[in-house]
Amino acid sequence: MSAVLQNLVNQPYKHGFVTDIEADIAPKGLNEDIIRLISSKKSEPEWLLAFRLEAYRKWLDMAEPAWQNVKYPKINFQDISYYSAPKPKKKLASMDEVDPELLRTFEKLGVPMHERAALAGVAVDVIFDSVSVATTYKEKLAEVGIIFCSISEAVQKYPELIRQYLGTVVPPGDNYYAALNSAVFTDGSFCFIPKGVKCPMDLSTYFRINTEESGQFERTLIIAEEGASVSYLEGCTAPRFDTNQLHAAVVELVALDDADIKYSTVQNWYAGDENGIGGIYNFVTKRGLAKGRNSRISWTQVETGSAITWKYPSCILRGENSVGEFYSVAVTNHHQQADTGTKMIHIGPNTRSTIVSKGISAGQSNSSYRGLVRIAPTARNARNYSQCDSMLIGSHCGAHTFPYIQVQNESAQVEHEASTSRIGEDQLFYFAQRGIGAEEAVSMIINGFCKEVFQQLPLEFAVEATKLLSFKLEGSVG
Amino acid sequence: MIDANSKTLLEVHDLHATVGGIEILKGVNLTVRTGEIHAIMGLNGSGKSTFSKVLAGHPSYEITRGTVLFDGQDISALAPEERAQAGVFLAFQYPVEIPGVANNQFLRLAYNTVQGKRGKEELDPLEFDDFVREKMKLLKMSPDFLDRSVNEGFSGGEKKRNEILQMALLEPRLALLDETDSGLDIDALRIVANGVNQLANKDNALILVTHYQRLLDYIVPDYVHVMEAGRIIRTSGKELAQELETHGYDWIHASDRVAGAQS
Repeated sequence: MSAVLQNLVNQPYKHGFVTDIEADIAPKGLNEDIIRLISSKKSEPEWLLAFRLEAYRKWLDMAEPAWQNVKYPKINFQDISYYSAPKPKKKLASMDEVDPELLRTFEKLGVPMHERAALAGVAVDVIFDSVSVATTYKEKLAEVGIIFCSISEAVQKYPELIRQYLGTVVPPGDNYYAALNSAVFTDGSFCFIPKGVKCPMDLSTYFRINTEESGQFERTLIIAEEGASVSYLEGCTAPRFDTNQLHAAVVELVALDDADIKYSTVQNWYAGDENGIGGIYNFVTKRGLAKGRNSRISWTQVETGSAITWKYPSCILRGENSVGEFYSVAVTNHHQQADTGTKMIHIGPNTRSTIVSKGISAGQSNSSYRGLVRIAPTARNARNYSQCDSMLIGSHCGAHTFPYIQVQNESAQVEHEASTSRIGEDQLFYFAQRGIGAEEAVSMIINGFCKEVFQQLPLEFAVEATKLLSFKLEGSVG
Repeated sequence: MIDANSKTLLEVHDLHATVGGIEILKGVNLTVRTGEIHAIMGLNGSGKSTFSKVLAGHPSYEITRGTVLFDGQDISALAPEERAQAGVFLAFQYPVEIPGVANNQFLRLAYNTVQGKRGKEELDPLEFDDFVREKMKLLKMSPDFLDRSVNEGFSGGEKKRNEILQMALLEPRLALLDETDSGLDIDALRIVANGVNQLANKDNALILVTHYQRLLDYIVPDYVHVMEAGRIIRTSGKELAQELETHGYDWIHASDRVAGAQS
């Protein structure tokens, strides 16, 4: 039985291949000249270069964080190329003109994006090695006044919006990786939903890391004005490499009065092989500011990939009656390490937050939930409910929970629940005795375990996530 | 019932089995024909529960000697799910809880998997819902049970009813009922026994593993076997159960001594 489970967990990564596209790569290393090069390549205004340089100087004075429950060799930041762009053959007027090699890549990933965009009604802002090469449905969104484009384009077309909001939720000196990102980010997505507009479709970005050893520093900024709402989907895969690849993204969300932002992620980056060689280092800062009254920020994530995940999508609940949510499934296998969780910072009165975290560990992996619930003195009648469940598959993995709770207002109600379970031989035998093999049994148990989180995902993502988990854990129980 | 047209369904010959290196079964012989109901009785630790688990293929148990023929085929090398698909069913003494998995999902997956393997029609969720609700009436189960997680928070009686419901759905050819009466009050026992009786027919067979006589008041066996120290030491008709109830298991040895003295 345990051999079956091992096989299930040990299926090779399906998306490990390299697309052969000519890349325009900056020399390795990081200094002010490289930052100036990036900024000038992207024809940026002076204030943005100043923003980058300020971040870089702060970064130089900062120390790499060491408090997280993960282990990895020291990263040589001078051994990374900070800029690479695929060379477009000409200006693209439609999807037909997109590099066929690139389209094939998406097809291998199971994302026939032109079809997907048309059939599913999803506008896909494709990020490929740091530069957007195709944006669909832009016009349709423009009809209702929604801006959805690459952040580089937004810098050119809507500089005042970028200048107003960039770095307001995650300041340049927020943390080591956020500072690095602020200094060298090359592209990402920008989304602006004007006052009173409900975004008519889910917005989706597929990220993909391509050129070997090119760090990816995505920057995403989403703004929902008064009464606006949007559901944003982020999905990730990466090709197979033996050298570790650093990914340090920053995502900022701003919700004004009565606005609602739902941000969903399915992450399936290369996690390294079964011996823990290779894989992506995913060091991400994601934060939403529920700035206005009755605003809501909701994070849903399904984390299955990366060698190391260091990620705490957070909510700052400043507006009165604002709501923050965090729903997470983190799966680790082999030698993967995940230290993930959230921060709910209650500042406004009557703010509410919900945390539902499901950690699944298999193989020799280690998974930690780390969360902070902070009730500021100003947050009268704040409420939080946290639930952290861990499931262990096999006996060589680990699950850890680090909940931090700081309450500075006596009217607050904070609840924390935690559980740990294991898929046991008796459960599998029970399924088997009813004719159900181990793979399907594990899949059903895991999906049951993650149900509360999957329910939060948009429908097609929920299907994808369910398949992904089954795939990741096939054969891993024993 | 014993039927002249029956055929041999299960043939166990000199079965030895170990768990964790300790031999529990030490040469079990048993033949079961279609249409028959067998009871295996014995004290705790006699090996009767082990016997049912070994037949079902529990991975912790290893067959070290002997053969198990089911419908003429040696099933000792088959995975437990393959045995289940072939028609061997075990109603568990202690059904495990599976949090987060809804009973209707679980039952439908089990039903469709087994149907598919047997080349029979699978049911979509709506068809299955009608089908399972009909079966649930047999066991007087409330519909809300379908939405609850498998066995989670079920009372002893609910768990056992769920086992028999699964038997009703999967239509096994050989059903092993491991201590199905334990933990049941008299009303639940009647319901469960009534359900089992309705499922028994001339093409299938039942093996009831039980400690006590009382289940056999409701499901009347054709044969009663007494197991001790990993072997069947006595086989007789249903009256044997009554005698065990009256005199206790020691009586077997006393009667053996008498029989030995007379021979």
